[in-house]
Amino acid sequence: MQKVNITLTVNGDSYEVAVAPWRTLDEVLRNELRLTGTKVGCKTGDCGACTVLLDGKAVTSCLTLAVEAQGRAIVTIEGLAPKGDELHPLQKSFVEHGAVQCGYCTPGMILAAKHLLDRVPSPTDEQIRKGLSGNLCRCTGYTKIVEAIAAVAASK
Amino acid sequence: MKGHAVVGRRLRKLDGLKKATGEAKYADDLELPRMLHCKLLRSPHAHARIRRIDFTRCRAHPGVVEVLEGAELPARYGVIPWTPDEQALAADKARFVGDEVAAVAALDELAAEEALALIDVEWEVLPALVEPEQALAAGSPQIHEGKKHGNVSKHVGLSFGDVDAGFAASASVAEEDFFYAGSTHAAIEPHCALAQYDAEGNLTLWSSTQIPHYVHRELSRVLGLPETRVRVIQPFLGGAFGGKSDPFALEFVVAKLAMKTGRPVKCLLTREEVFFAHRGRHPMKMRFKVGLAKDGRIEAVDSKILIDGGAYSSFGLVTAYYSGQLLTGPYTFGSYRFDSTRVFTNKPPCGPKRGHGSVQPRFAFEVALDMAAEKLGLDPIEVRRRNFVGENVLTVNGQTITSNGFLQCLDAVEAASRWKERKGKLPYGRGLGVAGSMYISGTAYPLYPNELPQSGIQVKLDRSGKVTIFSGGSDIGQGLNSLPAYLIAEEIGCDPRDCHVVVSDTDLTPVDLGAYSSRGTYMIGAACLEAGQRLWAMLSEAVGAKWGCPGAAVEGALGTIRGPADGQQMSFREAVQLAEAKFGTLGATGSYRTQKLGGDYRGGTIGASPAYSFTAHVVEVRVDVETGVWKVERVWAAHDCGKALNPTLVEGQIEGSVYMGFGEAAMEEMTYLPSGLHAGPSLLDYRIPTSLDTPDIEATIVEPIDPGGPHGAKEAGEGPLHPVIPAIANALYDAVGVRLTALPFHPAKVLAALRAKAKHDGLAESAERGAC
Repeated sequence: MQKVNITLTVNGDSYEVAVAPWRTLDEVLRNELRLTGTKVGCKTGDCGACTVLLDGKAVTSCLTLAVEAQGRAIVTIEGLAPKGDELHPLQKSFVEHGAVQCGYCTPGMILAAKHLLDRVPSPTDEQIRKGLSGNLCRCTGYTKIVEAIAAVAASK
Repeated sequence: MKGHAVVGRRLRKLDGLKKATGEAKYADDLELPRMLHCKLLRSPHAHARIRRIDFTRCRAHPGVVEVLEGAELPARYGVIPWTPDEQALAADKARFVGDEVAAVAALDELAAEEALALIDVEWEVLPALVEPEQALAAGSPQIHEGKKHGNVSKHVGLSFGDVDAGFAASASVAEEDFFYAGSTHAAIEPHCALAQYDAEGNLTLWSSTQIPHYVHRELSRVLGLPETRVRVIQPFLGGAFGGKSDPFALEFVVAKLAMKTGRPVKCLLTREEVFFAHRGRHPMKMRFKVGLAKDGRIEAVDSKILIDGGAYSSFGLVTAYYSGQLLTGPYTFGSYRFDSTRVFTNKPPCGPKRGHGSVQPRFAFEVALDMAAEKLGLDPIEVRRRNFVGENVLTVNGQTITSNGFLQCLDAVEAASRWKERKGKLPYGRGLGVAGSMYISGTAYPLYPNELPQSGIQVKLDRSGKVTIFSGGSDIGQGLNSLPAYLIAEEIGCDPRDCHVVVSDTDLTPVDLGAYSSRGTYMIGAACLEAGQRLWAMLSEAVGAKWGCPGAAVEGALGTIRGPADGQQMSFREAVQLAEAKFGTLGATGSYRTQKLGGDYRGGTIGASPAYSFTAHVVEVRVDVETGVWKVERVWAAHDCGKALNPTLVEGQIEGSVYMGFGEAAMEEMTYLPSGLHAGPSLLDYRIPTSLDTPDIEATIVEPIDPGGPHGAKEAGEGPLHPVIPAIANALYDAVGVRLTALPFHPAKVLAALRAKAKHDGLAESAERGAC
């Protein structure tokens, strides 16, 4: 199948890539742009490890066609920190609260949390759990992830 | 003695930020120039002989560079050296749906996948033995031809004390059949391996393994390369839980293909393939009998266990032993007998999942204990307290218990759950249940007999004050990339952030046997202490010489070295330079050596550990009696891990364990069609708990100082999983009066049990009325 030329805006940078139209966003991010912070656990939208922000909304990039993402703002874990020497509060809080074990779900989990806090700045624990319900973590039992997010919300 | 500067503090992990920013590189994040992509052809049959493999059409695919079949890697291997029954690619026959039979290396993943469909295999289909009873039936074909005992993978029968006399003396005996369903690890990272064979004839394998050392040995053997030419590197690992502790087909295949092509080759399993790789929890059918004296003392325990092993041995020899050997605490058994049989079946191989071999019998025993105690009118916590095995004792099967905080664990969960006020007083549909357990802090002996250290640490001190620690330990999320920094920093007085821990690389790091049997903290910790103390001896002597005081009067913490005189201090960096000037280039090693432990009988060393952890859980459930749907309101989990070297990381292990056990109780099950095909190899069909399913977990750390552990520490990664399943079963009984004996406790099973009980109660009631 013929490739199409598309322009993707990822973390504020503009990239021109030629992709087969059926290629999914996770594949283009990881294999073409080498942004390997986006993890892939299932390729079927079940685990949420590949979560990125598309126009501020958390989506599973393994179920998003790359061509669909044209003209929209894509944020991956590599682009979440506001500056080179400053991390996003969620990144710091996850580490401080012990919410990161193997770390494989962490990028997707943090981006899902970012989407949640943008919508609901002061969530209850139940709202946090609901906001993360599309992201599977196999290590932590979620307790410390919920605590890490609640701490960021409380500090605002 | 000075207090701790680092140990016991809630420090963050040294690699946490790398993971939180996407900087950490996992196996599939690695890419090399000219790299090929590999895909594995898997058997569509559960049991079938391979008559012929024809690659003609496959080789004609323009993207295909090389192919591989079983005859090219004939050596059999296995993680346990006594049972090597696996081949990288099946050469004679396939033994389960998903067994690897051929491989392709192509320019990209898509081409490799297309090319798989062009491999022609001629099969002779054999009867599929899906259930262990089928495999044991007379006349069944052998899954592994030439084995002595049909389809029996391992049989263990051991007896301690006079069991029959024990039952005869019992005032209350409970006997019940239990079934523990198979479950899998479902680490979020799928297995991945990348191999490079360089011009000098050196093979490097980057693999998502939790046992680089064993992979190193087996790669060398199977590929016919000297061990000095093989290097295994474990990059960041995206979860394992025991599911990455066997050598896997993809590791041998990418290595061989890299050698054949002279190009790097990578293989990443799909999620479906991860279900075939499996090595998860063994399904066990268990008959348990528990006899109690009038006062609640355990007189006798007897079990007969049928273990469904799947197609290969994996750790199965150990599994069969663990199913009996690890049950003999935290309670004293007056007498004990177990008879366990692991059987080959045509399903993906089972292996070690968190709490290897002992989670299943623990479930059965803790429920049977409640049943027997109920007949005596004993409170479930009280009966567990009365049977406390104690500290510094030998168990009935000859295992040495050192520290034991089980009573404190029971006290903690009893108080936190308000057990005394609420047990037996909750309304119908709500209930409380308790269970206890113990687990090993490392298995006393290595998987292959040798006199060498099981863990090693090397430390290099740079005159800048930088401390480089070389550790072979496998971080699977539990924190082993950080532990050496904490412990070395504690010993030598540096700031742990000035430590660089070089990990899991067989060329660079000393041997560590791997992340299994909860051995890391205890054994790597011991090696760290030895290396750190050797360095401190040099540092303190050099500083003491400068200040004119004995080295013993010098103290160091967090980068500052202090002397006995007022205000006498220098930086760690200065201390290093003094020592380097005095002794030359600074470095030290430390090791953990095997201690002689275990019972003096065949198998007595299996289950022997230098220390045991202990756990108690109380669970509160709420049951909807109309639908059978139940919910865990809260889990109170208290775990004795000895000294908690980092309480945040220990809590994480307790919470993660409770979560994983909850999943096994509530929903997880490996299910197969009669053909042997997995019924749902995806994270949609194989359900694992989400953030909404997972109950509130209240973790309490109990810290008796273990005499042998580093700073008194023991394990925390696996023990806390065990009690949650029986505690849920016991809580469901407390809530609605039905005993759930077959996992997982799907609502349909609860409802069926409730209806059966209602029918039985109804009949009993009408019989009573009739009698009036």
